[in-house]
Amino acid sequence: MIISSNILTILTFLPLVGAFFVLIVPGDDKVAINNIRRIAFITTILTFGFSLIMWSMFDATSAGFQFVVDYKWMGDVIGYRMGVDGISILFIVLTAFLMPLIILSAWGSVKHRVREYMVAFLILETLMIGVFSTLDLAMFYVFFEGGLIPMFLIIGVWGGKRRVQASYKFFFYTFVGSVLMLLAIMAMYWYAGTTDIRQLLKTDFPEEMQFWLWIAFFASFAVKLPMWPFHRWLPEAHVEAPTGGSVILAAVLLKMGGYGFLRFSLPMFPDASLYFTDFVFVLSVAAIIVTSLIALVQEDIKKLIAYSSVAHMGFVTIGIFSANIYGVQGAIFQMISHGIVSAALFLAVGVVYDRMHTRDISAYGGLVERMPRYAVVFMIFTMANVGLPGTSGFVGEFLILLGIFQINTWFAFAALSGVILSAAYALWLYRRIIFGALNKEALKSILDMDRREMAIMLPLIALTLLFGFYPAPILDATNASVVALVTQYQSTIGALPLDALAQ
Amino acid sequence: MNSDLSSFASLAPAYPELILAVAALALLMAGVFLKNSSSKLAGVSIGMLMALTVLVIFQPATGVLFNGGFIQDDFARYMKALILAGSAMVMVLSVSSARENGLAKFEYSALIVLATLGMLIMVSANDLMVLYIGLELQSLSLYILAAMKRDSAKATESGLKYFVLGALSSGMLLYGASLIYGFTGQTQLDRIAEVILLSDRSIGVLFGLAFLLAGVAFKISAAPFHMWTPDVYEGAPTPVTAFFASAPKVAAMALLIRLVTDSFEPLARDWQQIVFFLSVASMVLAAFAGIGQKNIKRLIAYSSIGHMGFALVGLSAGNLVGVQGVAIYMAIYLTTNLGLFACILALKNSAGYVENISDLAGLAKTRPFVAASMAVMMFSLVGLPPLAGFFAKWHVFLAAIEAQLFVLAVIGVFASAVSAFYYLRIVKTMYFDEPENDFSPVPGELTFVMAIAGFLIVTYYLTVGRPLVDAANFAALSLF
Repeated sequence: MIISSNILTILTFLPLVGAFFVLIVPGDDKVAINNIRRIAFITTILTFGFSLIMWSMFDATSAGFQFVVDYKWMGDVIGYRMGVDGISILFIVLTAFLMPLIILSAWGSVKHRVREYMVAFLILETLMIGVFSTLDLAMFYVFFEGGLIPMFLIIGVWGGKRRVQASYKFFFYTFVGSVLMLLAIMAMYWYAGTTDIRQLLKTDFPEEMQFWLWIAFFASFAVKLPMWPFHRWLPEAHVEAPTGGSVILAAVLLKMGGYGFLRFSLPMFPDASLYFTDFVFVLSVAAIIVTSLIALVQEDIKKLIAYSSVAHMGFVTIGIFSANIYGVQGAIFQMISHGIVSAALFLAVGVVYDRMHTRDISAYGGLVERMPRYAVVFMIFTMANVGLPGTSGFVGEFLILLGIFQINTWFAFAALSGVILSAAYALWLYRRIIFGALNKEALKSILDMDRREMAIMLPLIALTLLFGFYPAPILDATNASVVALVTQYQSTIGALPLDALAQ
Repeated sequence: MNSDLSSFASLAPAYPELILAVAALALLMAGVFLKNSSSKLAGVSIGMLMALTVLVIFQPATGVLFNGGFIQDDFARYMKALILAGSAMVMVLSVSSARENGLAKFEYSALIVLATLGMLIMVSANDLMVLYIGLELQSLSLYILAAMKRDSAKATESGLKYFVLGALSSGMLLYGASLIYGFTGQTQLDRIAEVILLSDRSIGVLFGLAFLLAGVAFKISAAPFHMWTPDVYEGAPTPVTAFFASAPKVAAMALLIRLVTDSFEPLARDWQQIVFFLSVASMVLAAFAGIGQKNIKRLIAYSSIGHMGFALVGLSAGNLVGVQGVAIYMAIYLTTNLGLFACILALKNSAGYVENISDLAGLAKTRPFVAASMAVMMFSLVGLPPLAGFFAKWHVFLAAIEAQLFVLAVIGVFASAVSAFYYLRIVKTMYFDEPENDFSPVPGELTFVMAIAGFLIVTYYLTVGRPLVDAANFAALSLF
């Protein structure tokens, strides 16, 4: 009982405790830096352990919020409220799972200001887990927006050559998008008299108000996700960020947008969501096709993966707004899977970047001769990115396409073309980097992945294949909550007669 | 005998003012007779101001004194605690640099104490005449402080500029006060409200109101009455600038709140328009004008103009939540500003104190603690959660949304997004650029102020947030 009521608090603030210990490690020499790395690693491993304990204690048959904490804090407005349901729990596990790998990947690539790097990432972990575990709308904004500070510094301090511009772009796109959401949150507070998400989910907002609230939330989530045409910050941020930053950006921060749509836009503003459905579909399909085409012509590996992320997020929004069980389940699955696969791809780019210090596709070629292990790893994740059956990428896209097919075949057809395009750019990238003749001088002495790098990649490979063949752990965990969400939505917009709920 | 004692005891609500008045005179005498005692006297003043802060917080004596001219309520106590603490902290900040800035004179302590006394009277004024006395006592002390560094042409210029423009604004305020007295026949704030309520809404009173607000807007440096701010901030010695940017703003804001919620409550629709305009003008002007600034003190000047605009968002709402929001905003603004000035005063190299933003390059490597504190202040000024600055904005915008001022709120949040540009530029200079300068060691008391301010701002949600919100709520309730 004690654990179940406190586990979310522990999970959220444990990284912060780790950050504190990292800060007080004395000295700046090698020993100190090693201690700092160890503390950060142990903290993230512990957090991951707690997240698994939480998952094992989670009752997947219940659609309600679990491990709930509810305290009054700061007047009557902002409270300390925590809780998870099937929609949010997996994002917490995903975040906690990736953090140790990111810390480990920084072992070789981050050489200066190690202490600050670890502190920034640990604080970021607290904020990310907070986003998914809070049940207070104002606190959601605090965590959601608070992530800007560490991420701005991560891109700006440890980034590449054009890092200043990239960090500014990242900051301003996200900030301008979010401030409107802040005002919407306040308006919701005055209408409903609370910022408790559980109460707000039961509140019926007037139709005209829903319209404005939906737009305000959309402004924030569409930038964060990102949806075309609000994606311009993403390629730059990805390219300039250090490996760890790109991983966390692609794997977790983007998912906050999708999570926001699922948690707020769909259930709280159903009428407006219905009204805007076609609008979202058009943007998503445009994202899938346009950004896939853009990805084809990229010269930079990270930029190519970044554009492919935007295309995959297009699938997610289609799935969410098709608002049936297939679509929503698929969207969540796609987000988790993309979290694993894109993280792995960015880590894989980091492996060669640490050796060659360039991300130009043209600087590589024929790596398979010197780096067979790397070729296999990269192959698996390329295939997962394409959505080959047997990898986790397939399940999500398939479910989403099933979902949209029930709503509108034309959009399904257009989305499907994205699958073909993704095969085109991903395989072509693979050919240009791994295959071909090894005729570049600099590459002739390149070393294959070492143990540490394999240790990072193996869990990712295992999960990609596991969820590809056996997606049940994810689908089971989300099922009850998704069914509840979809039924609620369908009955509110009148697609499903209310008595169907009773059966 | 008995009656004397009891009447002195009945003055309890005014003890802080009485003590300060006596102390200011005592400081002047002591300064004359004790040579080279400026630092000792500064220490005594700091101790006294801090003791008075504690007194104001823990002594809940309230009431109306001096035939209705002076009022001590929970709102006044809240604001006075801020002002006294702010003045004390400014004196702490000026210790290390007093000699370079020409502030190592006993008059400095005396003037700060006198200005603080003026501010306390402003907060507690319940009569237009008392209000004017407080305002002028404060302003005259500030004019001298601005020009305190006598050999510096810039400081003298800033003092003169401040004086001329300040005199103009005092004139406007007096003109407004006389119009109001002429049309209502009253000078006491609550009586004015009664007369306005009974009579029709007369054009004369509206004129008076507009002039009064213009005068006060000058003191809080809200656009379009902000012109003096950048020049004066830049020219005055840095500790004096820190003083200008902190306590007097709180006092003038408290005065404005009391004026509009007390005397002109029946004319709410009229003054709300004025405050609305002041708010929008300040936020937008500061957001765009700050972008081009290269001097840190000028940047802070524009930043404080903008933040007064944000605070006025809460006042435009004209409701309880709004006043509570402004009260919270001022407390957080004060803390952030003091921390920020502690950082600036801590940066000294062989060429003198840092003046330009570009001098901060690579500070994160050479002075990590100062850079981290300054970054915290900057992010807080942007209004990013979970720092205190976010909660400050949260409360004032919450009030604006409740009052259905959607346009104002949208303009406000976009202005804060634009202003983020120049706050981030400082962070960028400190963290992303390579170091150029070496700095002298940081004096201990500045580290202390930075640490305290940084701690309060970072842990706001966990530590001070809750009591502050309750205290501000309590303070605001006493006005409604």
